Amino acid sequence: MRILLLLCAALPALAQVTPADLLKPLKNDWPTYNGDYSGRRFSALKDINTATVKHLSLAWSQRYTPGPNAPAGRGRGGAPPAKLIIGGEGTGDFAAGGGTIKASVLAVGGTLYFSMPDNAWAVDARDGRELWHYYWKTRGGTHIGNRGLAMWNHYLYMETPDNYLVSLDARTGKERWHKTIADLDQGYFSTPAPIVAGNHVLVGTGNDIDSPGFLLSFDAETGELEWKFYTVPMQKGDPGLDTWASLDAARHGGAQTWIPGAYDPETKLYIIGTGNPTPAYTTGKRGDGDNLFTCSLVAIHVDTGKMAWYFQTSPHDMHDYDSAQTPILIDAPFNGKPRKLVLTAARNGYFFTLDRVTGERLVTSKYGEFTNWAKGLNKFGGPEHDPRKDPTVGGALVSPTSDGTVNWQPPAYSPDTGLFYVPEGNGFSLFYLTDVDPRGSMGLGGKEEVGVGTGGNYLSAIDYRTGKVVWRHRYYGNGGGGGLLATAGGLLFAGDGMGNFVAHDAKTGKPLWNTRIGNVTNAPQTFLLDGHQYVTVATGDTLWAFILN
Amino acid sequence: MTLLTGRLALALLTTQFLTTQLLAQTPAIPTPARRQGGFVPGQKRADEDPAQVARGKSLYGLSCRACHGADLRGGDIGGPNLLRSQLALSDREGEKIVPVIEGSLQAGGMPAIPMSGADAKAVAAYVRSVMATIGGQGMPPSALQPPTILVGNATAGKAYFEKQCASCHSVTGDLQGLAARIPDPKTLQNTWVAGRGRAAGPNRKVTVTVTAPGEAPVSGRLLRLDDFLVALELPDETSRSFRRNGDVPKVEVNDPLAPHRALFSVYSDEDIHNVTAYLVTLK
Repeated sequence: MRILLLLCAALPALAQVTPADLLKPLKNDWPTYNGDYSGRRFSALKDINTATVKHLSLAWSQRYTPGPNAPAGRGRGGAPPAKLIIGGEGTGDFAAGGGTIKASVLAVGGTLYFSMPDNAWAVDARDGRELWHYYWKTRGGTHIGNRGLAMWNHYLYMETPDNYLVSLDARTGKERWHKTIADLDQGYFSTPAPIVAGNHVLVGTGNDIDSPGFLLSFDAETGELEWKFYTVPMQKGDPGLDTWASLDAARHGGAQTWIPGAYDPETKLYIIGTGNPTPAYTTGKRGDGDNLFTCSLVAIHVDTGKMAWYFQTSPHDMHDYDSAQTPILIDAPFNGKPRKLVLTAARNGYFFTLDRVTGERLVTSKYGEFTNWAKGLNKFGGPEHDPRKDPTVGGALVSPTSDGTVNWQPPAYSPDTGLFYVPEGNGFSLFYLTDVDPRGSMGLGGKEEVGVGTGGNYLSAIDYRTGKVVWRHRYYGNGGGGGLLATAGGLLFAGDGMGNFVAHDAKTGKPLWNTRIGNVTNAPQTFLLDGHQYVTVATGDTLWAFILN
Repeated sequence: MTLLTGRLALALLTTQFLTTQLLAQTPAIPTPARRQGGFVPGQKRADEDPAQVARGKSLYGLSCRACHGADLRGGDIGGPNLLRSQLALSDREGEKIVPVIEGSLQAGGMPAIPMSGADAKAVAAYVRSVMATIGGQGMPPSALQPPTILVGNATAGKAYFEKQCASCHSVTGDLQGLAARIPDPKTLQNTWVAGRGRAAGPNRKVTVTVTAPGEAPVSGRLLRLDDFLVALELPDETSRSFRRNGDVPKVEVNDPLAPHRALFSVYSDEDIHNVTAYLVTLK
């Protein structure tokens, strides 16, 4: 018996993620988009901390070439070409352009798994050497980014710009199956990282041309579609229909599911932010109502696909301020009582604290320093848009720009500081209404937006109890990188938009360490391997790994 | 859409939209030119037969236009916008659109249209040909000329200018002939609000003075500044950089556009429109 145990211990760790693994708080591996279900991007690892971070240095960096023709030895180690697996329904002649890693990198048992649009890799976490490379021949679609892979046992899941969910065997990169998410001809393109909850693979998508948003659940084993949840009313009698001028308007109302949500295993609620209404910049046939469930946090039961609650963070949006930001789930005191909360800093410059079981709103605050498009709060506690700051013929000077105070970049939360961290951009744009057709425009049309400068960009820390900004650390450029990472070492990692990857003191924002590797394009991550805490981050087509030497 | 990548994307969109505006200024039934890389990049669809499209266009004008509009974006008597119809967008050769023309959606309010199967296929071809001209991010293929942005009051703008702007700018000095140099009012407004353009002159350079402990201050054009480094070009065109550690060395930035940016949260849109109405008179 003892010998058997020893033998078992000597076997290499199996690179797999069981549903039970996904219930653990983030520590040694990084098995799902946000590390764990909470969305906090808070790692319990603390070898790298405020005292030791000055010794953080490069372990390796590697470049990765998307497409079928990766040159051998392009990586700094001169590694041999990886095994290439080709799939896809297209002809392979679509010029997708250069690849950028915006994905969160899964780190499981010494292997890293990540993506660019149409491409997935497994690489050795010790040196970045490619183990396999999967390339999907696309039929087309907007190739703007891919947020990463999901893992369930030995299997991986990737969404493609031409709207397929592809399942790969993580050990070999071989395709198991692919399933259709949406119709490319209808303008859908799929960028999210899928999220595995139990045996469900939760899949969002995107679209700009006045199409309904939705979330799908696929069976992780078979790929069979389990349910489809529409984020706008699609039938007579659907909830929220009274907030649209007509059923036709609602059915073309947008609310895309661009970014993965957070998951509460206790209630089995998947909490996800929805995108902007369409047409984005003109009311037209949308009517003057709130246009539910656009720009909302919605909580969906993963077994049924039914909505438990919603809260609209940007009622009747007029600036493409989608609310597709990563929500963060925390258990923390509020007014002296322990509460189960969900926090979100929306693209529109407002921060919210809600009860995540009921959806009850507890806090609304304006965190964008110059956010000026709203005229107070509506009766539900959401900001009420000021029609004078909608796009106008003469031009409306509005902050933030349509890029938002924050865009897709994941925020972070540290239970040690009690602070919610988010990049905060306070750009101003002149928004002109160029299409005064009373029918409204289509998609993102009907306006012209001209950026005129910024009132200041920051890395900001918000107190979830009040929504007040506790500190702002000024950025000299446009700020922000690909998102944030907080750790139990008292650190907050971020790109500064000026070519630095920076470790900040999570209490104060003070920069403690930096390395000039170019502009960061994904959210930094951390894991433990061989007794070393690694921090990884991407710049364009390159991954960087840092350890204490 | 959530995934914009910043100013560059915005500038591209703007250019594309302006091009669309210039090319299509009338709301007549569009005769589409196939757009490369339409709103679905890389999408492969069969080329339409021009004769079929022309026939379909005539039939559309007779039987569909009243409800669905000359531009297919919805008409006066309530027909929906066809260019964003998921059903029509998915149509390849009439297999989705023809049954609707024949009456499959009567329960939804779409009457059966008396038309032969061949004619219905021609209408479908025409609808698809217009869809092929939809712009990026779902922008409509055609739009009216945008109205002038000149909605302000020049007299009020002059008063505002004299009170708020005249301490730095002069209509007989740096701004003389401004509207002749920038004849398009919208460009003029964008330029002055942002503080761009020639009026900013040589003074628009951001300069910096760096004082290291025990050293004489050095000043020049700012090349780079972040938490860890400051770099500047000296008057003799050589450059120098300093490692930064908190407040050491002392870094003083002089950004001539800072006063403009500080006004973003002070102006009302009415102020902006009035000042523009005044500035366009500076021929």
